[in-house]
Amino acid sequence: MSNPPDKRDLPEKTGPEVTRRGFLSGTATAGAAALGSAAAATRDALGQKVDAAGGETVDISLVINGTAYERSVDARTTVLDLLREELDLTGTKVGCNHGQCGACTVLMNGTRVNSCLLLAAMADGARITTIEGLASGIGELHPMQAAFLEHDGFQCGYCTPGQIVSAIGCVKEGHATSEAEIREYMSGNLCRCGAYKGITEAIIEARDATNSSDVGGA
Amino acid sequence: MKPFRYQAPGSVDAAVEVVEPMGVAGQGGAFLAGGTTLIDLMKLHVVTPPSLTDVKRLGLDQIEETDGEIRVGSRVTMAEASEHPLFLERAPALSDALWKAASPQLRNIATLGGNVLQRTRCPYFRDNVSPCNKRDPGSGCAAIGGINRLLAVLGTSENCIATYAGDFANALILFDPVVETRTAADGPRQIPFSDLHVLPGDNPAKETILGDDELITGYRFKLPDWARRSLYVKARDRESYAFALASAAVALDLDGDTIREARLGLGGVATVPWRAREAEEFLKGKTVSEETALETGRIAFDGAQGYEHNAFKIPLGRQVVAKAILDAAKMDVAGAAGMTGQSGGAN
Ligand SMILES: Cc1cc2nc3c(=O)[nH]c(=O)nc-3n(C[C@H](O)[C@H](O)[C@H](O)COP(=O)(O)OP(=O)(O)OC[C@H]3O[C@@H](n4cnc5c(N)ncnc54)[C@H](O)[C@@H]3O)c2cc1C
Ligand code: SF4
Ligand code: FES
Ligand code: FES
Repeated sequence: MSNPPDKRDLPEKTGPEVTRRGFLSGTATAGAAALGSAAAATRDALGQKVDAAGGETVDISLVINGTAYERSVDARTTVLDLLREELDLTGTKVGCNHGQCGACTVLMNGTRVNSCLLLAAMADGARITTIEGLASGIGELHPMQAAFLEHDGFQCGYCTPGQIVSAIGCVKEGHATSEAEIREYMSGNLCRCGAYKGITEAIIEARDATNSSDVGGA
Repeated sequence: MKPFRYQAPGSVDAAVEVVEPMGVAGQGGAFLAGGTTLIDLMKLHVVTPPSLTDVKRLGLDQIEETDGEIRVGSRVTMAEASEHPLFLERAPALSDALWKAASPQLRNIATLGGNVLQRTRCPYFRDNVSPCNKRDPGSGCAAIGGINRLLAVLGTSENCIATYAGDFANALILFDPVVETRTAADGPRQIPFSDLHVLPGDNPAKETILGDDELITGYRFKLPDWARRSLYVKARDRESYAFALASAAVALDLDGDTIREARLGLGGVATVPWRAREAEEFLKGKTVSEETALETGRIAFDGAQGYEHNAFKIPLGRQVVAKAILDAAKMDVAGAAGMTGQSGGAN
């Protein structure tokens, strides 16, 4: 899975370009589409077919760690960009930015996904849980977080938020029944420090408590 | 990413109506499913669609069986399909090919429509600067004289040797499915799955026979009872979360240890999802043995062409085919005849 030199690009601000490109109207959004407006085919200033509900800016509403957010975002914004750049939820990490490492793992409606390849527009209406949403209070870690501490499930810690969120997803999906299964079903999270042994032990220990924990509806 | 318009129409009819023509080499509009191929390539500027038409509100997310025919919607996720009883029990090759692909996070959002249409992982295609006939028609092929370890040995042309990277299609092709599609002008159409992908030939930028606004709505196929004796063996550089170097999907209809009928699909080695029909023919009436299995591997790679770094795929692929046949013969399949023993292929 070799990757060429990264052209990481956070969406540049659009501004006036939006009008130049014939974007129909700032109020026509995917949000409106979600309410069921019929998709009428129209043409934009360049003569291209567009859905009346389409645009370069998209209104979205999301529930993140139990808090509702409404935002108007550039269509290029990923959930990872939104979390880190707009909402200051920097616990979710950027690794490869291309779906290869799992550092950016979040739960969407209870299932784990890579937030770096997920457009915020695609997640409109979803419930997102990040590492910040796991502890129930100061000093009250989620059992999976506590088990990672207990079993040295990390060294540098960079992959850890993604590992912990993914581990909860793995248990909730029912794929943590044996060590071999945990290894297979945690393979989407790479750890450069090689803390895999501790990670596997942590998951085994926290399995039952995680199953009975309530995490973002998972 | 370049700016694009995002739209999420609410019906299949609306989607094919509003999608911007796809054009060649990824410069036109595109349907957006899980985005795990598309957003990745858009970040690299390898594809630059001016608009995306999200399929998330189109339904198409069911697996159902009516009158012995299975219909799978194009928006069913890889994760859902890999665990569905129809796949797990009735055609384990389909389930194997899915759970051995990508990662759990990717499988939770990636769809069977997008999976079948995923683009090659050829590093020169992805780097967006090297000559590449697939990305930039007429510019040449950097892989042929370059580092081509991961590239294809079957179905190549002098213009492109890119591997079809997916796993699922190599198993699905065993069951001769029909691809159900929709366009605005012509409505629904049905395409035999083995016609969907086209060989690179002299136009590697054209990868499928789909039209400019054609949406895959699903796949339809029948499963013979003996599809229970099927599996997918995948050899790769690491044990999990890696694309295939060589893989084989096998289904066997056994009478004792005599093969009545066999189906064989290959992955990681060809430019399109690959059915090894001559090898299937050879297996008919043969008794299962290591020799037969190895001979089948040899036939499956007849005519294969290795390049500087990928010639190892030919002997590797033969071995993978042989292992898949022997493991399938050993599967402990409830209600189906055949050699008994441990169920194979759990790797
Ligand atoms: C790190 C990594 C590892 C991977 N490893 C593997 C692996 O080992 N094996 C494997 O098989 N795959 C692997 N993949 C590929 C992955 O499985 C595909 O990216 C995924 O299945 C694509 O599905 P999607 O729904 O995300 O498609 P999208 O990215 O949304 O779409 C893919 C393409 O299909 C088109 N499309 C999507 N749906 C439709 C439709 N209904 N009709 C018409 N056109 C449509 C899109 O326009 C686009 O061109 C890997 C991917 C990554 C990032
Ligand atoms: S093999 Fe195909 S995809 Fe790769 S560089 Fe050559 S033309 Fe491009
Ligand atoms: S940052 Fe998303 S998978 Fe690596
Ligand atoms: S702890 Fe350092 S990358 Fe995992």
